[in-house]
Amino acid sequence: MNIFREIFYGGLSLIVGMTVTARRLFRPLVTVQYPRRRIPLSEAYRGHIELKFFEDAGAHKCIVCFNCEKTCPSGVIRLEGVKLREKGPKTLTGYLIDFSLCSLCGLCVEICPTQTLQYSGQYELVGETRSDCLIDLLARLNKRVEQKEKTAKN
Amino acid sequence: MSYLLSSEWSRLILGLLVAVGFSQLNALFLVWLERKIAGHIQLRPGPMEVGPHGLLQTIADAVKLMGKELILPLKADRKLFFVAPVLVFTPVLVGFLVLPFAKNMIIHDLNVGVLLIFAFSTFTVPAILSGGWASNNKYALLGAVRSVGQNVAYEIPLLLAAMSIVLMANSLSFSEIVHAQRRLWFIFVQPVAGIIYLISATAETNRAPFDIPEAESELVAGFHTEYSGMGFGLFFLAEYTNMFIVCAVATSLFFGGWTGPFGISLGIPGIVWFLFKTYVLIFHLMWVRWTFPRVRFDQLMNFAWKVLIPISLANFVVTAVVVKFV
Repeated sequence: MNIFREIFYGGLSLIVGMTVTARRLFRPLVTVQYPRRRIPLSEAYRGHIELKFFEDAGAHKCIVCFNCEKTCPSGVIRLEGVKLREKGPKTLTGYLIDFSLCSLCGLCVEICPTQTLQYSGQYELVGETRSDCLIDLLARLNKRVEQKEKTAKN
Repeated sequence: MSYLLSSEWSRLILGLLVAVGFSQLNALFLVWLERKIAGHIQLRPGPMEVGPHGLLQTIADAVKLMGKELILPLKADRKLFFVAPVLVFTPVLVGFLVLPFAKNMIIHDLNVGVLLIFAFSTFTVPAILSGGWASNNKYALLGAVRSVGQNVAYEIPLLLAAMSIVLMANSLSFSEIVHAQRRLWFIFVQPVAGIIYLISATAETNRAPFDIPEAESELVAGFHTEYSGMGFGLFFLAEYTNMFIVCAVATSLFFGGWTGPFGISLGIPGIVWFLFKTYVLIFHLMWVRWTFPRVRFDQLMNFAWKVLIPISLANFVVTAVVVKFV
């Protein structure tokens, strides 16, 4: 009798299993056909750093204090600034990062006294050479501002 | 044209040509269907890029396979190695000869059709064994040996289930068997035999959950580990054609072949009924494959010898007694 019970319950469990997969067959898909369709990125995504744009100042607030460059454990950041006026803050003329060295620790973002650094949502980071990993943050910011103005005009 | 069809030989040759063409198309479609079903069960879309919903993906794959080099392993048995894929595919093709696709759509209505189909489906076992043996590879050999053990075990309940139907219909010819169930399909009279047939057929075609001859997690790819290019392609083709054949046989034996349920045909031509039922059964096989995990080898053998064979034997004896005295 034991074998018949085993067959019965075994068969029953098979049917239960089949209904599970049958139901999944008609559930909506969870994967996204990536290059054709994209999903909105999470707010918490940490890409490489970029300069924040402040609406009140109409620019970034970098004062070229070199804190980020000094705190970076991997030597990713290269800053350049000039003093335009005798008494006044420095003006940023170049902000280069070498993303191939970056470990995304975020110390630069934390240490920035004016909080003008943020994580970008950039996740397509394919390059053919090492120099493709060099990112000019100032140029990126200008591009972003231009694009914003363009969309505002439209 | 009518002259061509009236001659038995020309009919055979034409039929075989159609069968070869159909088996290729069928395999291309089934591979696509299998990947689609697997994808959707796992909540992903499956092939999507080549053609609408990836329909042409398998054609691209086949073209790729044809372009690949045929690699002969060191110290392999050259003749056996190259003959095995052909040997595996040809007997499968014979099945098309006796299958009744519709009332008059049968290449050759043999009066021992059931016998022929099962005899030739056994031929794939020595072919697989020779392929595995000739590869000079331990995984291939192990897979081939497992395949033989499994096929010997599952052939018995398969044949016993089919024999119960033969007793009911009192004929070994497929058209007679289908004709005998024009009112009531045999699956309603012989549900046990039907279920046993489907289980054994899954094992016969080496499909999951009985795919231990090619269990990829333990045996790489089983008997076709060393095959590349079209050698592998032929094994693949044979597997999917075999699937079609066993499902077509199941349709003829248990699900009324080209007839509609309870004699209601709804004006749909017989071949549509036949192919529809066959593909529903194939879908069922795929559904099972993507639901259940692979069984262990001892479980597999125990299930065949301790459960399937006694039950199918009892079913066969009861059927014989009932047919004789009722």
